[in-house]
Amino acid sequence: MNRVVESRLRRRHRRERTFRGLCVASVLVAALFLLVILGSLFRQGASAFTQTRISLPVPAMLPAGDLPDSGAMDYDAAVLDALAALLAIDPDRAERRELRQLVSIDAAFVLRDYVESSPGRVVSDASVRVPASAKVDMAIKGEFDRTAASDRRPLSDLQIDWIDRLVELGAIERTFNTALFTNGDSREPELAGIRAALMGSVLMLLITLAVAFPIGVAAAVYLEEFAPRRAWIRLLELSINNLAAVPSIVFGLLGLVVLIDWLGMPRSAPLVGGLVLALLTLPVIVISSRSAIRAVPTSIREASLGLGASRMQVVSHHVLPQAMPAIVTGTIIGLSRAFGETAPLLMIGMVAFIVDVPSGVTDPATALPVQIYLWADSPERAFAERTSAAILVLLGFLLSMNLLAAAIRRKVEK
Amino acid sequence: MDLTSILLLLAGLAVGAFLFGRSRAQALGGGVGAARNLHSLPDYYGYFAALCAVLPPLMVLTLWAAFEERVVLALLANGLPDHLQALSPGQLDLFLNSVRNAASAASVPADPVLAAATDEYLSLGRSSRWLLSGLAVVLGAGGVAAAWRSIHPAFRARNRVETAIRWFLIAASGVAVLTTVGILLAVSFEALRFFRDVSLSEFLFGTTWSPQAAIRDDQIGSAGRFGMLPLLSGTLLIAVIAMAVAIPVGILSAMYTAEYASTRVRALARPVLEILAGIPTVVYGFFAVLMVAPWIRTIGESLGLNVAAESALAAGLVMGFMIVPLVSSLSDEAIRAVPASIREGAEALGATRSEIALDIVLPAAMPGIVGGILLAVSRAIGETMIVVMAAGLAANLSFNPLESVTTVTVQITTLLVGDQEFDSARTLAAFALGLVLFIITMLLNVVGLGYVRRYRERYE
Repeated sequence: MNRVVESRLRRRHRRERTFRGLCVASVLVAALFLLVILGSLFRQGASAFTQTRISLPVPAMLPAGDLPDSGAMDYDAAVLDALAALLAIDPDRAERRELRQLVSIDAAFVLRDYVESSPGRVVSDASVRVPASAKVDMAIKGEFDRTAASDRRPLSDLQIDWIDRLVELGAIERTFNTALFTNGDSREPELAGIRAALMGSVLMLLITLAVAFPIGVAAAVYLEEFAPRRAWIRLLELSINNLAAVPSIVFGLLGLVVLIDWLGMPRSAPLVGGLVLALLTLPVIVISSRSAIRAVPTSIREASLGLGASRMQVVSHHVLPQAMPAIVTGTIIGLSRAFGETAPLLMIGMVAFIVDVPSGVTDPATALPVQIYLWADSPERAFAERTSAAILVLLGFLLSMNLLAAAIRRKVEK
Repeated sequence: MDLTSILLLLAGLAVGAFLFGRSRAQALGGGVGAARNLHSLPDYYGYFAALCAVLPPLMVLTLWAAFEERVVLALLANGLPDHLQALSPGQLDLFLNSVRNAASAASVPADPVLAAATDEYLSLGRSSRWLLSGLAVVLGAGGVAAAWRSIHPAFRARNRVETAIRWFLIAASGVAVLTTVGILLAVSFEALRFFRDVSLSEFLFGTTWSPQAAIRDDQIGSAGRFGMLPLLSGTLLIAVIAMAVAIPVGILSAMYTAEYASTRVRALARPVLEILAGIPTVVYGFFAVLMVAPWIRTIGESLGLNVAAESALAAGLVMGFMIVPLVSSLSDEAIRAVPASIREGAEALGATRSEIALDIVLPAAMPGIVGGILLAVSRAIGETMIVVMAAGLAANLSFNPLESVTTVTVQITTLLVGDQEFDSARTLAAFALGLVLFIITMLLNVVGLGYVRRYRERYE
């Protein structure tokens, strides 16, 4: 008898351990997945924050003495001459073409800006740092296999040889990649930046906030403080809760038909994007504001009513100020979700190739997540690196928004 | 005068009317300290005046903004030279569009007719704005005058203002219903136009999906085939894979955080899941394409399997992890809502923790968990970015997870991204798909939310 119980007990305990192990394992699996995602993004994206530049001696590029009229200079040729001088080679036409692939097309503009900003004479020992091309950038960062067959790598033997020589001469530097933050999108990976997309995202976020916050809080106040418990209120609640779970792409369809086709608003504009995201965020704000308002003790309402305040005064003088920190926290979390939203923006045409930073809410613009989607589609290795970097910037934004929300929550809990 | 300055003007008007209404009330009540003679606090008279001054112009402004472009274009079309008026409506639209484009560009167009029309368009726009600002000022002044007449000590300004605010609150909560109705109306309107070309039964039960665009009307095979079964099967396949990851991992991790974890471990484990929930889907999509898909391919090939580059498995796996936090947080909530007395009863009878968790708590929390799972399925079906990036475009009617399948959301995106006309069956098909997607997810949401709520009420 005792043995039977003991063996069963052992079996039960074994089951207990297995189950517990499974539970722990599933948490660990989720954590591991998170680590792998973040790890691979960091590993791949970190290098995009630096940019390879080639520093070229000015005297080799420009004639000594007085500078010619800057409009008449062939800066492209000047850059190539300087590269050739630096490498001590006399390139023929084919070699010149290969040489050109080492520097970015932006190099000539950098040189021109330098000439135009230094009036008069050139300093004899000055040098100008021009951006290297994406291929060179990748080579310096060790992103491709040098030993691969020559038709399977982007640089020729000659070019690799030149790069090695430039490295020996100390002409190659890796500096902080400012272009990533100051430029708009570009076909050239080394010139592509996220500024335009970030600006578009921020504009949209402002519109979302301006529309969704007042409407969301007002709806929450009505539902919690004034609404009669009737059938249509139940319907209202159901539709809010349902909207919170409707696929975001459907909101994009709504924006496309109603805002763009029926109301004639401009395509690709932050205005339309912001409104669509506002509708998307609205249910989140309503739900979190409602629970914030519900958390305000009834005694406060009753005391205020007892002193003769109207119900509207109770709400505006007591309930809302008490609930505001939690409402703000919920709003920030809703906004951070809107910030990372991509699918509805594709519907309303925010996938255009945008170089210029939008200056108003009706200018064509794109958003940071959409930029990530567009770059992720590009086959070049250099764009993959930038995609990861843009994702890191996006996650940084979301993290700081959430930290802000957490800080507000903690401050109130004290 | 542009819209921004008109709005600024209105804001100024509101402030002025507020100050004016308040001082008027104070004067009538007998000075600053004599508010006791008034029915309401002096500020309420100010708010009342401000509302009177701003609301009528705002209404006009809204109507104006909605109809201005259409009226201006109609006026412009009427004033055009005869040979342009004789154009077919489509060509006239085209011309009007080029006028609008020329107006937004800085340079003067080379074609003299176009240039004249553009000038006319711009001047019509200008006079429309001047008319609007004039009207706004007149209406605002009229509002202030009306407020002046109605303000007297017995006037119940607070009640008026509160009624206005109350209407605003009601309108604000109506926005959610309006959005739902708007989605249904807008999407079904376009979908109905689609069903004029393609029969409903072909759409629902057809097994071929190839929405080629007709370039010319007489082109062979220009109609395209719009049978959505392959899309549904693809969506289902990816959702099943995702749920196969999300349900066990989500529920077991909820079991851990609710039943086993100490407060400290719980405070560590929950944020991990919350971060997973906070990562944008485009990031998951990138991860699926860049890491998971090649990885699955390598493993599959080493086992001698034929894996597509854009396999359903990669998209489904990553989507599963994206959904884990949703399942686990709703399950966690359901598990923790099970009354302690039930748990303590089982403990007193000598049950182990796993027996309590599996035999007592899980059945008790089941409705809440099922509700959560339904919401998660709805999320999986409607998820777009992961599948757009990681699943394919080929509409295969297949349940092999290693093959490439496409989903409803992928097709909506491909059909609508880029410039397209609103009339082709190809574009309209996207709205028919959108309607199907909306209805399916709405049903899942409503049933799921019903489970979650009924369950909450049971133990409250």
